[in-house]
Amino acid sequence: MTLERNHKLLIGLLVVAFILLAKLFNIQILQDKYKIDASNNSMVYDIIYPTRGVIYDRNGKIVVGNKVAYDILVTPREVKEFDTLMLANVLEVEPQFIRDKMAEYRRNIRRIGYQSMVMIKQLAPEQYMKFAEVQYNFPGFKGQVRSIRDYPINAGGNLLGYVSEVDASYLKNHPGEYRSGDYAGKTGIEAARENDLKGEKGYHIYLRNSHNQIEAPYKNGEMDKEAIPGHDIVTTIDADLQQYGQELMKNKVGSVVAIEPSTGEILSLISSPGIDVDMLADIGKHYGEIINDPYKPMFNRAVQAPYPPGSVFKLVNGLIGLEEGVLQPEYSYPCNHGYYYGSRKLGCHGHPSPLVLEQAIMMSCNGYFCYVLKNILENKKYDSIDEAFDKWHDYVQSFGFGRKLGSDFPAELGGTIPTASVYNRRYGQGGWKFTTVVSLSIGQGEIGVTPLQIANLCATVANRGYYYIPHIVKASEGVEIDPKYYERQYTMVDTTQFKKVIQGMWKAVNAGYGSGGTASVAAVPGLDICGKTGTAQNPRGADNSVFICFAPKDDPKIAIAAYIENAGFGATWAAPIASLMIEKYLNGEIGDNPTRKALEQRVLEGDLMSRVKTD
Amino acid sequence: MDNTFKGRSMKQSFDWKLVIIYLLLVIIGWVNIYASVHTSAGTSILDWSLRSGKQFVWILTSLGLAGLILFVLPPRIWESASIPLYVGVLFLLVAVIFLGVEVKGSRSWFEFGPVRFQPAEVSKITTSLLLAFVMSRPNYKITEMKSLVITALVIGIPMLIILGESETGSALVYVGFIFMLYREGLSGWFIGAIGLVILLFIMTLTTNPYTSVLAAIGILSFCAALNTGRIGRWLLIYGSFILVMSFFPIGWKFLTDSLIPGASIINEVDPMVQDAIRGASKWSFLLKIKPLYILILIGMLAVPVYVIRSYREKDQFLFIAAMGFIASVILVFSTDFIFNNVLQDHQRKRIEVLLGMKEDPSGVGYNVNQSMIAIGSGGLLGKGYLRGTQTAYGFVPEQSTDFIFCTVGEEWGFVGCAVVIILYVLMIWRIIHDAERSRESFTRIYGYCVACCLFMHLFINIGMTIGLMPVIGIPLPLMSYGGSSLWAFTILLSIFIVLDHEEKKYF
Repeated sequence: MTLERNHKLLIGLLVVAFILLAKLFNIQILQDKYKIDASNNSMVYDIIYPTRGVIYDRNGKIVVGNKVAYDILVTPREVKEFDTLMLANVLEVEPQFIRDKMAEYRRNIRRIGYQSMVMIKQLAPEQYMKFAEVQYNFPGFKGQVRSIRDYPINAGGNLLGYVSEVDASYLKNHPGEYRSGDYAGKTGIEAARENDLKGEKGYHIYLRNSHNQIEAPYKNGEMDKEAIPGHDIVTTIDADLQQYGQELMKNKVGSVVAIEPSTGEILSLISSPGIDVDMLADIGKHYGEIINDPYKPMFNRAVQAPYPPGSVFKLVNGLIGLEEGVLQPEYSYPCNHGYYYGSRKLGCHGHPSPLVLEQAIMMSCNGYFCYVLKNILENKKYDSIDEAFDKWHDYVQSFGFGRKLGSDFPAELGGTIPTASVYNRRYGQGGWKFTTVVSLSIGQGEIGVTPLQIANLCATVANRGYYYIPHIVKASEGVEIDPKYYERQYTMVDTTQFKKVIQGMWKAVNAGYGSGGTASVAAVPGLDICGKTGTAQNPRGADNSVFICFAPKDDPKIAIAAYIENAGFGATWAAPIASLMIEKYLNGEIGDNPTRKALEQRVLEGDLMSRVKTD
Repeated sequence: MDNTFKGRSMKQSFDWKLVIIYLLLVIIGWVNIYASVHTSAGTSILDWSLRSGKQFVWILTSLGLAGLILFVLPPRIWESASIPLYVGVLFLLVAVIFLGVEVKGSRSWFEFGPVRFQPAEVSKITTSLLLAFVMSRPNYKITEMKSLVITALVIGIPMLIILGESETGSALVYVGFIFMLYREGLSGWFIGAIGLVILLFIMTLTTNPYTSVLAAIGILSFCAALNTGRIGRWLLIYGSFILVMSFFPIGWKFLTDSLIPGASIINEVDPMVQDAIRGASKWSFLLKIKPLYILILIGMLAVPVYVIRSYREKDQFLFIAAMGFIASVILVFSTDFIFNNVLQDHQRKRIEVLLGMKEDPSGVGYNVNQSMIAIGSGGLLGKGYLRGTQTAYGFVPEQSTDFIFCTVGEEWGFVGCAVVIILYVLMIWRIIHDAERSRESFTRIYGYCVACCLFMHLFINIGMTIGLMPVIGIPLPLMSYGGSSLWAFTILLSIFIVLDHEEKKYF
């Protein structure tokens, strides 16, 4: 250690210089990481948006397509002095709008850097052409092609759902999948099948030189990725039927759901009032209007509204009674304008008495089904009404009530079917008996079902004992559906029991006026429609009009449920609408028959909106 | 100039090598400032609205100042004027706190119209001059307490005021004077002690106090062993002790976990459950004893033994080492306190990012990350002049001032960086070389002061751009944009050149 101190210091200097150079050598030559990061900074990713998948109906008709629109992008750092008035003129906006936007960009120039900002969205092609002609006057401004949704026919607005730009919360819930400025399906099929429809974004990579000019494609475009269009979706919807149903439902509040019994495919699903497809195309502009509409068009009644089913539920009680052995088709019960219990009475309309099961269904006798439920709940087989009631609950649930059916419709709700514990809580253990719940006999009381569930009941009866889970997307090339949609779902009622109620349904429609059948209005010669009316009490005004039917009787092609709020008897509005739709679906048109034409005319012109309370 | 009057010719007596390196660095700085601010509009390097145009003005005025110092002012004036200059600048340093404008959170700039001026930059010159003056007095002996205290005051007063202005970077430069003091005879252990303080500070923050204390024991005992030459014995005793103790915490945890049911999860459960776990075992008092306390207890028990031995063997160093251990323990315990209570928020964040305690590429770490990307992307030869993409788009902040080295790294690559660093090393080398040749201690000490300032700026600034140092805002000497800094370094250097010249011209 004989070094002079000044030499030690010089050695120290060299050591430090060596450390600096070694670190530089490491980050500049040995490590690739920083070069890759730098390329992210200096490469320009020109994003190519994929075209979204097209949505077809079951017959290959396009219900949702795409059309071209243009976004106007601004790169604030490239903008030179420009004629604001001229730009405002070609873009058809207020000059102040452009001034405000530019001022905003200038404030955030550090954050924006060399990125492009979207100034105006979804310009129609004709308008974009006007801008393109004078674009050379506006460096820093450019158009970007976007494909936006196009709706060739006005069918199924609520069902299809809308597509809109992703917002902050959406980005948060789908980390890494979307970037600000992307579009995504928000409701309906667009949301349910987003992953199939969206496709994959592509990009062209360009290199920027230090003057921020695009110099050349990066590696001659080797790394570029083409956009992959989204998969097309084939729905189970019949667009013509859907459109026809929507016309029939115009100015009425309620739902119509049609199902193909042999597959569970939903042929149409109408919630009225609904959203017109014109509004879907530009949801942002109409959003306020839709949200403030007192009839709540966003609310998809068909899968979300829990209604009392009314008399159509008599079928369920009848089937349970048969299966439990407490009812035989030949049992007859008296009905003298109702069912009397103690000093009270559950009323009924005038019809011959006594009746057997078939007649009770045909004429929709309330009294008869009170006896049926009484027999079910007071069955000696069970130790208590609790046990009997919960058994009844299980039966009902096996028909798809009181739970979500599991359709592929994202917003589906399950409705409610009470259990014994509901009444035990309300009245105390042993504090209630059959007469307490007598309303359930005729589908009233503590029971809420959706129109989809009612339609599913109809399909179950049509199939004589089983259903397929209703769904709206068909399997097609590149799109698979859950295998559960191919499985038969059996109820707890044996399939042999069903034919005993079907004859009643057939007679309800086809026995002819004067026979006491409640749904003669729905009859169409040659179609063998079987139906059941319902008139459900609505605490908010007039009764709801309910009708289910399927046809043809022996080889059902369609099962349909119509539920019209505040429309009165089932036969007045629901039955005509359902039967017209069946006729349209099976025959392709309404036959040249004066009564049918008149019926169609009456339904199309009917306006029940004023009956509906909207507060 | 009249050669007969000057003795030897100017060509021979001025250190032209130093002047040439100076000019090279200034010009490299200037063209890189242009590269960092130029836009696609094809502006000229002399465009007055750009920083490169303004820097040209600063360069010209700097050359004027250098001429004034080299050819006009009498070289002897610096020694005699060192006291009034020092006091005057101290006054400015204090005044700026009240009269200055606030720039990026620190009040350290005077503003005269378009011109800003930072007294802290000038203070380096006056401190160097006064240090040279004080330490070249005949009765100054660096080994004496009185002399040391005076030196400490000369360095410490401006340093503390600058710290008060929140200019941590400029204050840190003054730490560099320790190298000059070392050259002038200060014990090398002082540098070692400062190094130990920094090491323990960082270790406490990044690992844990236990490891830090163990490291302190290792280092101090090794130094004591080095002093007496008994390395073998050290390896045998302390080596095995440290080896055993490094596994002690794991063993201790294993012991408590196996004796006390639930001890392994005690830090993850809520306080009520913790109490329950403690109450359930008679061994639970062990949980209150941390391995750190045991280690310190062993150390503290050993301290009196070493103090007695140092007295008996007249080994002063052993005594210092023992005291050093106590100081280290205090330091480790107070580090947490210093870090959380003394340091300001932004300083804490910068240290956290530097030490890798927090990954933060978009916050404080953004500067460093972008700077390393810019330099790293340069590769061996760089992207070429004015072709840097990172630097030109303003990805790197403070591009033309503190982060000017990024532009060099990106556009000139490793080769360019090496050239710049080598130029600085040559400059410092040359200054030390000249200083050593000088017969006057004033010139020598002043020369070392200049070298130290350059070295600290170089190391801190470049270290910062490549992630070796925290982001401390100090300029790269002669290259960064800015009048104050360029003027200050020009004056600093010119005074040394003229002092050096003054001595040599009579040979």
